[in-house]
Amino acid sequence: MASVGVVIFPGSNCDHDTYHVVKHVCGQQAKFIWHKDSDLSGLDAVILPGGFSYGDYLRTGAIAKFSPVMGAVAEFAKKGGPVLGICNGFQILQEAGLLPGAMLRNRSVKFLSQPVNIRVERNDTAATAGLRVGEVLTMPIAHGEGNFYMPDAELDELESKGQVVFRYTDIGGGLDDAANVNGSARAIAGVCSPGRNVVGLMPHPERASEPELGSADGRRIMEALIRTVVHA
Amino acid sequence: MDKATLDRHGLKPEEYDLIVKHMGREPNLTELGLFSVMWSEHCSYKSSRIHLKTLPTEGPRVVQGPGENAGAVDIGDGLAVVFKIESHNHPSFIEPYQGAATGVGGIIRDIFTMGARPIAILNSLRFGPITDASAERTVDDERRGIHSRGAEAVKNRRILSGVVAGIGGYGNAFGCPTVGGEVVFEPCYNGNPLVNAMCVGIVKTEGIFKGRAEGVGNTVFYVGAKTGRDGIHGATMASAEFGEGSEEKRPTVQVGDPFMEKVLLEACLEVLKTGAVLGIQDMGAAGLTCSTSEMGSRAGTGIEIDIAKVPKRETGMTAYEVMLSESQERMLLVASKGREAEVMRIFDKWDLHAEPIGTVVSDKRLRIFNEGRLEADVPNEALTDAAPLYDRPWVEPKNAAADEDVSKVAAPASLGDALQRILASPTIACKRWVYRQYDSTVRTNTLVGPGSDAAVVRVKGTKRALAISTDGNGRYGWLDPEEGAKLAVAEACRNVVAAGGEPIGATNCLNFGNPEKPEVMGQLVKAIRGIGEACRALGVPITGGNVSLYNETDGKAIYPTPVIGVVGLLEDATQALRRSFQSEGDAVMLLGTTGHDIGGSEYLKVIHGRVAGRPPKLSLDAEKHLYAAMLECARASLLHSAHDASDGGLAVALAECGFIGEERGMGGIFDLPSGGLAPDVVLFSETPSRMIVSTSSPARVEEIARKHGVPCVRLGAVGGDRLQIDVDGKVVVDTTMAALHTAWMSLEKALS
Repeated sequence: MASVGVVIFPGSNCDHDTYHVVKHVCGQQAKFIWHKDSDLSGLDAVILPGGFSYGDYLRTGAIAKFSPVMGAVAEFAKKGGPVLGICNGFQILQEAGLLPGAMLRNRSVKFLSQPVNIRVERNDTAATAGLRVGEVLTMPIAHGEGNFYMPDAELDELESKGQVVFRYTDIGGGLDDAANVNGSARAIAGVCSPGRNVVGLMPHPERASEPELGSADGRRIMEALIRTVVHA
Repeated sequence: MDKATLDRHGLKPEEYDLIVKHMGREPNLTELGLFSVMWSEHCSYKSSRIHLKTLPTEGPRVVQGPGENAGAVDIGDGLAVVFKIESHNHPSFIEPYQGAATGVGGIIRDIFTMGARPIAILNSLRFGPITDASAERTVDDERRGIHSRGAEAVKNRRILSGVVAGIGGYGNAFGCPTVGGEVVFEPCYNGNPLVNAMCVGIVKTEGIFKGRAEGVGNTVFYVGAKTGRDGIHGATMASAEFGEGSEEKRPTVQVGDPFMEKVLLEACLEVLKTGAVLGIQDMGAAGLTCSTSEMGSRAGTGIEIDIAKVPKRETGMTAYEVMLSESQERMLLVASKGREAEVMRIFDKWDLHAEPIGTVVSDKRLRIFNEGRLEADVPNEALTDAAPLYDRPWVEPKNAAADEDVSKVAAPASLGDALQRILASPTIACKRWVYRQYDSTVRTNTLVGPGSDAAVVRVKGTKRALAISTDGNGRYGWLDPEEGAKLAVAEACRNVVAAGGEPIGATNCLNFGNPEKPEVMGQLVKAIRGIGEACRALGVPITGGNVSLYNETDGKAIYPTPVIGVVGLLEDATQALRRSFQSEGDAVMLLGTTGHDIGGSEYLKVIHGRVAGRPPKLSLDAEKHLYAAMLECARASLLHSAHDASDGGLAVALAECGFIGEERGMGGIFDLPSGGLAPDVVLFSETPSRMIVSTSSPARVEEIARKHGVPCVRLGAVGGDRLQIDVDGKVVVDTTMAALHTAWMSLEKALS
């Protein structure tokens, strides 16, 4: 059984949801980690959940990166530990320099809450091991700043290093501007670190892990993370 | 005290005399300030209280009725659902984003003050027209002097955008899903938008907290955000009409901080678990004044505080300013003497202020000190229970438009075109532009989100779910306040039933004009009567709510608009029902009968430019039987979808059933019995107590309907990409679903 830590920043609001899925849906051990703690010992994986850490004041994730736990998360990641950042968790990992890119406001300049389809681009990361490249997963997004940005040259490098993990597509897996609802560069919905153990995505797999919620596709990402740990 | 000072405080000379009588002396300015907010209409319900007392508030499931921060109803397994609806109309007009945001913040605080974790938010929103289209203009509005032209449309759009962004901005960051509600457009809401927010929470019944200052000698804590000069006299502002210059009242609107509220929620729920806290109340309208006096009054005690100890954002604040500030995200709590450290440790963990500012005293007075100097000393009761109570004069509401015979309107040349125009009417059209800005899925409980008759959220740790809906109909209310109120109750209950839920409790938000006008007061009296009658007949107790009066601009009142929020219980969450058809070939059935009910209808407004005639007459018996039949079918898992036929009538309802979520979906061929009515009436009549269901077991549905005495006809079957509607076998509408869908999505297109 995997032991998965779910970090609580002040303003995290998907912490309970993530804990619920790890423990009650996937049947693993889940543990809340308070942001002022810096002890991650005994954990096999760490998830930074969604929310509005510190109200997202100043800039999304900009204040959370200074929480004591982030030093420990960086250390954990450096040793190859699997880290998953969901939505605000992804933004925090970007601010902390553990994942590339930055988030602009959605191109509509409005908060977007809706289901999206994302295509799996890589299955050699901590959160996609065992998935099929090209398969399409459906899950909700809920964010105001999910418009992934990097300068073109850096995007080319990101692509060439295989760090693009998910892209927004239509239901059939085709790239389509209308499906790229927040206007992300190259429709990027998720990326990974060069070591492939740190993964961030804007959509919410934990909100699509039970069929009664409309989709159970997200559970596959959660289970991939656990699989990585158990096999490690 | 001079008249100018009294006017500024919204107090009448006779009210001042009453204050002097209670005090036994002239009040000082700080004391006058306390009275002015506590005796405002907003806090005291002085015009409505004697009528509200007639509402049914009891039932076998009621755990907490009106009088606390929110009502609570038992849902089994030792759990209760805590819920309430509240208005933030006036602030939302003055400053749409912050007005709406703090409205959401306020109602969320009412819920977690009870010890409950908020799990869902709904909103009933009403605005003036946002397009200059003729569909929004009626002869009857023009006759009242309410005009809608381009300039208002631009302004209304700005208000709509701000309100929606504010609701999302607060709820999304706080992390409570906004799962449903309604958005309605009528010219009477020009300059007087209605923003009614409902919040629902879950609590262990034995863990419910109350706003009581128990135990003499116990410590009074101030927790949460610092106090600033914002919102001083907000409650008084919300108790007056608007005129020219109302926008200048902007400083009376508070600024919300959802992050602070989220942290406050977690800290409060954590501290309530310790057992060190005896009572808690949020600081909403009238801030510290309301929380200190009400907590003392409920417990039969008093409170002494020193405002020098209150954390402040600004320097040099007087006792008057501190007591009347409506700064957001603050709570007052009373902790057992000797256990203060436990309280402070938890708030410290969350980096929040928790300051002991006073103590509970025995002599039922509210005493305010500033660095030990006595600034105010008032009997608690004078501020709360002994506030003025008015039996304001009222007259039987009369409305010439309601007396008109609208049965003879000419049918439009093409009923298919008429259907498209009604689907495109902003009140009927798909509201995705609105709810896409609300996080509706956080907390992973949303089984049915925005866009169905009712939202359904599961209750984790149980097999149960809650169906929730908020509804009102201003046109019906204007044409017949009593019948309109009954219809609002029935509509909200019916929506909950359509989702498979049994209505178990209701909360009301009464939006009316100036109660000092006898005709407006008459509308209020009649509406409360209607709510009472419907709730009694349907067995749904009212456990709390809110009254918003003085919704007038330049002397023109809004439609009398009671909004009802209803919570329903599903014992089995897997039985939740949605609006949309699910499978080709399913039989589509109509439960209930169609009568000649076009008075006040969407059809009459959009197609004929009239708001006139009598609204439908509700049969409470028929309504009750419909619920019984529906719930039996739902519990036997016989239904694949359910949608009530109300606004826009059967034709609109059939089209809406066809749209799957926001997609084009599936049509069908349906034959409606005329019952001797003209085809346009059959299509667009808004007779209540009707439901459209789809099923693969039509014979069993028929059998159950018959058993409950509910008329039931098979209309046809789901399938194809056209909607064909026949009346007595003759085709009256034959349109592609694509065309209907385009019409239905027109609001989103107009706003994008």
